Amino acid sequence: MTQVFIRELQKLLGPSSVLDLPEDVLLYEYDGSVEKGRPDIVAFPRSTADVSRTVALAVQHQMPIVGRGAGTGLSGGALASRGGLIIAFTRMNRILDLDIENQRAVVQPGVVNMDLTRAVEHAGLYFAPDPSSQKSCTIGGNVAENAGGPHTLAYGVTTNHVTALELVLPDGQIVRVGNKQGDSFLYDLPGLLVGSEGTLALITEITVKLSRKAEAVRTLLAIFDTIDDASETVADITARGITPAACEMLDGWTLRTVEDYIHAGFPLDSAAVLLIEVEGITEAVVAQAAAIDEICRIHNAREVRVARDDKERDLLWKGRKNAFGALGRIAAGIYVLDGVIPRSKLPQTLRRIKEIGDQFGFRIGNIFHAGDGNLHPIVLYDPRDTEQFERALKASAEIIRHCVEVGGSLSGEHGIGMEKSELMPLLFSDADFALMRRVHDVMNPTCSLNPGKVFPLNKGCGETRIRPQVPQAMAQT
Amino acid sequence: MTAVTNNITARLGSLGASPRDFADPSDRESYAVDGFVPSAVVKPATAEEAAEIVRFALKEKLALVPVGSRTKLSIGATPVRYDIALDMSAMNQIAHHDPADLTVSVGAGMPLAKLNATLLEHNQFLPLLVPYYSQATIGGTVVSGIDSPLRQAYGTARDFLLGAEFIDGTGAIVKSGGRVVKNVTGYDLHKLLIGSLGTLGVITRLNFRTFPAPLAPRGFLASFSTHEAALKARRKIAESPLSPLTLDVINPRAARIFAERTPITPEPSVFAGEAHATADSSLPLPGEWFHPRDWQLCAAFAGVPEVLDRYSRDLTRAAEQSGAISITTLDDATRPSIWGRLREALALFRESSPFAAILKLNVLPSGHAQAVTILEAVGDSAKLPPALIARASGILYVALLPNSAEDFSPENVALMTQEMISLSHRLEGRASLLFAPPTIKRLLESTLNSHPHADLALMRRVKSAFDPQNIFAPGRLFSNPL
Repeated sequence: MTQVFIRELQKLLGPSSVLDLPEDVLLYEYDGSVEKGRPDIVAFPRSTADVSRTVALAVQHQMPIVGRGAGTGLSGGALASRGGLIIAFTRMNRILDLDIENQRAVVQPGVVNMDLTRAVEHAGLYFAPDPSSQKSCTIGGNVAENAGGPHTLAYGVTTNHVTALELVLPDGQIVRVGNKQGDSFLYDLPGLLVGSEGTLALITEITVKLSRKAEAVRTLLAIFDTIDDASETVADITARGITPAACEMLDGWTLRTVEDYIHAGFPLDSAAVLLIEVEGITEAVVAQAAAIDEICRIHNAREVRVARDDKERDLLWKGRKNAFGALGRIAAGIYVLDGVIPRSKLPQTLRRIKEIGDQFGFRIGNIFHAGDGNLHPIVLYDPRDTEQFERALKASAEIIRHCVEVGGSLSGEHGIGMEKSELMPLLFSDADFALMRRVHDVMNPTCSLNPGKVFPLNKGCGETRIRPQVPQAMAQT
Repeated sequence: MTAVTNNITARLGSLGASPRDFADPSDRESYAVDGFVPSAVVKPATAEEAAEIVRFALKEKLALVPVGSRTKLSIGATPVRYDIALDMSAMNQIAHHDPADLTVSVGAGMPLAKLNATLLEHNQFLPLLVPYYSQATIGGTVVSGIDSPLRQAYGTARDFLLGAEFIDGTGAIVKSGGRVVKNVTGYDLHKLLIGSLGTLGVITRLNFRTFPAPLAPRGFLASFSTHEAALKARRKIAESPLSPLTLDVINPRAARIFAERTPITPEPSVFAGEAHATADSSLPLPGEWFHPRDWQLCAAFAGVPEVLDRYSRDLTRAAEQSGAISITTLDDATRPSIWGRLREALALFRESSPFAAILKLNVLPSGHAQAVTILEAVGDSAKLPPALIARASGILYVALLPNSAEDFSPENVALMTQEMISLSHRLEGRASLLFAPPTIKRLLESTLNSHPHADLALMRRVKSAFDPQNIFAPGRLFSNPL
């Protein structure tokens, strides 16, 4: 069966566009998460028509289908949890249209996030969603997971920047939804599709809004002697109605690790720093920066530094965006969590995370989007140690449970994927799942697209769910 | 009909023990949509009661339409069935407000003005300054899909609606999204409710992100003798580093209506430092600001004194460079009467003609000059000169305002709508009908529906997932029965 499918697929796309050797498909077994899932076949279509024909063929052969961009996702969304076919959008990486006057771009899903910004920055424009992986992640992946980033605090996540999509449904049908301007006509189908984690349709073309680069930027680094003071500062900035473009927190332990690697100029003896950025017209930026400086000092900031030039600013951001990589240098495995809380609950939640770390025997670092309450606790663990890995998962679940208890949610920007599907009942009732499932089924009735994601066991497709939670390294020992 | 009515009302009355409020039978007329009068009106006080009524409708195979204050109930296609009006006005509580998190969770029947008054106590607001503001409920505002001039700075409801609780077509209470400002957890089903006209479910609660109330807002008006000049100024501003709160161009006919008419209710005090406006304080006619022969650019901005100075300076320069014939910066005393009219524009247009038909085109800004030229020319030949609002975000409101029913001849209406449809196609947008008298609506619908879009089939599938028995507002979204 599979061999017949591979032959037909090779006929369709050409032999150089299909991988099926175990050593080749092995490379597609991982993404940025702690999960794992090996595909049987990886296909590289070049056009919407290719995708349509590939999908129709795969459904005919009852192959599970998983769309994949750069594989930087952190929840296992792009993994073939049940084997089958991965459709890699690597070769669909063209920018199809740039409309500078109307601030729109039409792109194929494989376009790298940063490449779109590079293509329009000459006109003073950029693509606002800026996940840490923006130099490698694709816009198709951003759409599937409704990706965020530090600057989504002021400018919104991916869904706020998508106005139209071209979809391929499991029967191979190609449908366009939305329009270039963006106000929905009848139902907001792009709003449903963005963040649906590849479970409703494959996306083959995306129309996005481009944002205008601000006239002035000011980046502040506020240094604190206690984590409580830093988190109270964030809560106060929010409560006073100041919306910075970004407001990131790094705790002391994390920033020392980062500093060791990046040399961003983070103070080694502090308990926490806030990296706060304000943008806009010069007059507004001056006023906002002054207000933020004052709030920081009210909450006992030891020092508030202002980046003197672009070089200093870039260095500070380099420290933030490469933090996960820096932590990866000191541990065999890092597990980046993603949870959201009301911003008013920040101080108590950070204390609770510390407690959970102590209870499960982990040092948990915190480096996150404080301004919108989007936490990224980082658990360092040894993936070769099954017991430790299981314990890391338990600590993670405990932190997410706390987020839900204080009125928050399971994921701010990484998505549910395989990682958190079993936690979904913390938030959703059987009736909620029933409706989500009906919506799923009218789009993807055969469960061909990304099975085993988002929905918990018994609520989604099929009865069984393979939990490939044993990391590769450990399986070999 | 009366027998049926009594029958439904009696059977509804026998449901459960919870107290219910049935509107007087003679009041049912006020719930009519396009001549369809519901057989019963029910006012649930809780989500559970609303769910019970939905289950009743399911069992009895009755069509149900959720309603708010009924100011925008006529938006949408002519219904095919309409048995029960579910009046949501009793679900008007703030369920949760976390001022320090800038989030709020409210009952669907909460009046928008009342919600904003509460939020203002914390120096926050919800930037939905929509037509019929003083009556509008939050639920009706969301399902009608109507926008606000403030979208220039804050976006539309889809940008700040965080989650919802609603009754689906199986009678279950369901929820989607959450209460936090950033969330990727399950499908964003609540986004589908925006503009759904009650066809997907009965919204019981909505969660929003709120925004800091703007500091010291100001208004800016500039007049031009041609639309090209006004749109050129709009483009200059849109491409400048400024981010004004509103940025609209209105045509001379719209300016005349603004100059001659006073909104029923004044501008609410949604902004910091402003005394609370009272319901009976009528606004002076701003004849001196709105010029019936000019194209006018209307902008608003806010901030600290240095920021206000910069805006005044830069806006003035952009207007001058585009050939403005007069420029006015509005202070706190005059601004409300301008803003009130911009917010209530669609209501004022409707008041100005008993036959008003209002359409919305979403067309990107670069197409506006061409679109306006065509609309004005065709409007003249069809004896339907339109009042126009051209938002910088790419929305064109087109109000056809005949003086008599005769002007609304089928030929003229067809000419005008055909033109709008082909315009929107050419410019990659869409045309939709908001308000029209029932007879005109049917005429317009037949033209609009002669251009089906491929995604309609997908929408029908979504509708069937939410509402398998098609009990919610059948026919209102897609004119043909599903």
